[in-house]
Amino acid sequence: MILDGKIPAGPLPEKWDRHRREMKLVNPANKQKFSIIVVGTGLAGASAAASLAELGYRVDAFCYQDSARRAHSIAAQGGINAAKNYPNDGDTVHRLFHDTIKGGDFRSREANVYRLAQISNQIIDQCVAQGVPFAREYSGLLANRSFGGAQVSRTFFARGQTGQQLLLGAYQALSRQVHLGNVKLFQRTEMLELALVDGIARGIVVRDLVTGEIRAHSADAVILATGGYSNLFNLSTNAMGCNVTAAFRAFQKGAYFANPCFTQIHPTCIPATGEWQSKLTLMSESLRNDGRVWVPLKRDDRRSPELIPDNERDYYLERKYPSFGNLAPRDISSRAAKEVCDAGRGVGASGQAVYLDFSASIERFGEGLIRERYGNLFEMYEKITGENAYRAPMRIYPAPHYTMGGLWVDYNLMSNIPGLFVLGEANFSDHGANRLGASALMQGLADGYFIIPYTIADYLAGITPGLVESSHEAFRKAVEDAGERTRKLLSIRGKKTIHDFHRELGEIMWNYCGMARNEKGLKKALELIPDLREEFWRDVSVPGGAEELNQSLEKAGRVADFLEFAETVCHDALHRNESCGGHFREEFQTGEGEACRDDENFSYVAAWEFRGNGAKPELHKEPLLYDNVRQSVRSYK
Amino acid sequence: MNLTLYVWRQKNPGEKGRMNCYDAGNITADMSFLEMLDVVNEELVKKRIEPIAFDHDCREGICGACSQVINGIAHGPEAATTVCQLHMRRFTDGDAIYIEPWRSRAFPVIKDLIVDRSALDRLIQAGGYVSVSTGGAPEANATLLPKEEAEEAMDAAECIGCGACVAACPNSSAMLFVSAKIAHLASLPQGRVESASRVRSMVEAMDRQGFGSCSNHYECQAVCPKGVDVKNIARMNREYMKALFKAMG
Repeated sequence: MILDGKIPAGPLPEKWDRHRREMKLVNPANKQKFSIIVVGTGLAGASAAASLAELGYRVDAFCYQDSARRAHSIAAQGGINAAKNYPNDGDTVHRLFHDTIKGGDFRSREANVYRLAQISNQIIDQCVAQGVPFAREYSGLLANRSFGGAQVSRTFFARGQTGQQLLLGAYQALSRQVHLGNVKLFQRTEMLELALVDGIARGIVVRDLVTGEIRAHSADAVILATGGYSNLFNLSTNAMGCNVTAAFRAFQKGAYFANPCFTQIHPTCIPATGEWQSKLTLMSESLRNDGRVWVPLKRDDRRSPELIPDNERDYYLERKYPSFGNLAPRDISSRAAKEVCDAGRGVGASGQAVYLDFSASIERFGEGLIRERYGNLFEMYEKITGENAYRAPMRIYPAPHYTMGGLWVDYNLMSNIPGLFVLGEANFSDHGANRLGASALMQGLADGYFIIPYTIADYLAGITPGLVESSHEAFRKAVEDAGERTRKLLSIRGKKTIHDFHRELGEIMWNYCGMARNEKGLKKALELIPDLREEFWRDVSVPGGAEELNQSLEKAGRVADFLEFAETVCHDALHRNESCGGHFREEFQTGEGEACRDDENFSYVAAWEFRGNGAKPELHKEPLLYDNVRQSVRSYK
Repeated sequence: MNLTLYVWRQKNPGEKGRMNCYDAGNITADMSFLEMLDVVNEELVKKRIEPIAFDHDCREGICGACSQVINGIAHGPEAATTVCQLHMRRFTDGDAIYIEPWRSRAFPVIKDLIVDRSALDRLIQAGGYVSVSTGGAPEANATLLPKEEAEEAMDAAECIGCGACVAACPNSSAMLFVSAKIAHLASLPQGRVESASRVRSMVEAMDRQGFGSCSNHYECQAVCPKGVDVKNIARMNREYMKALFKAMG
């Protein structure tokens, strides 16, 4: 089936305005008749829930954390992009659009990305009005910094805690609506099922994580803003609780999953040190503004870094990509790090690390300025490693960080299931095969503050409110399914821990579907995953009971879903016989080891339809047409 | 290293809790404190003992989920550090470690080390925001803000809402938490408009939610993982007095 993205007609810069003019509205007095469920309270979820409630809709918002303020957007460090062009360095909406499309290796929709760039400026205005304390210049004007994949300074930031400050802005807007009685907030509540009635999304089934109660909530529309699935790799920079469950349930109920193999491996993370490692910590990409990445020229050079003279160091990013240097995009930087480590030139005890060296910047600008820019990151590095990065270079290595893939949505951010909308990282829409730094925050807030309030009205205006109640048969069945699954997990009482399985799955995915992939490895993964899944359902040990707070049960459910979902990712990676962005297939590279894209055959969104557990999903395509940019070879040389 | 842990175990809010003793073997200096607990929990599961429940999520010191009193100190022995960022190199072989939940009337224990901190959310709901709806915000650079004031706002805005300040306070006061929000917003032109009503409703909510008063012990500042300063409390008191006078006309 060829999918229709419902892109509005007209010239690119006019599409969104024209669409807003043409979409239907819901009368102010009628808005309170409509109820909307929002799952997830990160940037996309919180901003959507707050904005919709402000408009007068009745909103139920859900998160698994003990507070909406703790959603993982909080951990984003570096910044948020906007085309304000405050530094007068040549930025425009079109340039932000073009950088994002190019950064995504020409695998995202022109119309979506253009709209994102247009909205970017409004987001900054909105956040400042909310009291987000962005960094300022001495003039009192807002400050900007540079980020990977761009040659202009367009990133707004609040120290190294931009995600935190933006999320608190959205959380506070949401709190205001809770106070006004327009939002009902359900914290420590996890979505376990999506409920459809006659093929239309009508609600969700959740588990109260404190009491264990499984219950249904009905609504006129359901919004998923449930984040990404990097924890598929076990070790990632995501929070421990991040999971694919909500999106996977929607997938099982018929929502298409788009480009699942487009996963981002972030180049600058603190390397793993042992088997007990529970997560990997990101060091903001902004560090690459002042840090130089290098490894020794010689293999197995075990000298400590200060003993290696400059002419025996390989500043490989500067060497390979002179015009972008250390600010080469994430996918390219990560792969380059893997390449030098695979060649035996990695550093540290494991040989799986490269240096990020600030000595030149410290010499040039003084330690004070570096401390002002990155003080909290250097502190974090020292807490974790016990090392002082003002004295010796940091050791970094790539780690799974973000997933560009997600549920398929049209231009209105609605999935192929009517009434099911997907926002933020959970959808696939804007980043193609690779996301640029400081663009995730932009997308989450664009979706929540400025897109969904318009597009959901267009949907709601065409339906009758309150048609289905949670007592409907479809909900009873969904509640039963969720309860049955829980009982099954608790009844196995096997010998292996949940973490054992998660670790094994992570290893399979990292080895065969990580930074570099090939046909043989992916086929191997597709053999290993079903065996591991079968073993899980036979031998996992899930302690505790169903009707209580049970963190083991929560984790078991999430790992079980990763075990199902992993194959879809591998199928997608195997079918895409090209290299683009974060998806690097070893068979498709140039003589210099650069990605070889195949626009003739793969210039489409791969949207997968669920065909049963363990069965190969069915591929649908949405062709990607480029009328405004040329699909050039992406060069950062 | 090998350690002995004494951990608060409590099945649910209704049941009485107690300290249980566990051995933690094969712990390395590179582990974080929570990874050490992961290792202990894995062993407990293998012995068919229910693992220790504790709140945690980002494990990089920013989400504010982790919340443990370690050897009597909220977030443990390292200053300006959340439990998740505390590493085992701070401990030595043979140490006995006591681990308890946040203790406060406003934070009832749910299970083991997990407490209910939703009272903090209710404080923000009472007024910890700028009443601006989406859309219609003026151009961001239209209002200048001196860098020093922006930095001051940011210092206060760093609060991660973990509640250690409440746990450490002998009165279970939430003054540091509330004052950080008051100061953050009062430092900004966008937030100043509602300063008076905000401080009054947040202070009233604080009493309503069962938090105590401040009697200047400064334990809150000592345990705050983000170094939020008690001078914010002075600022809040000033704002509160101003608001009262304003109300009196």
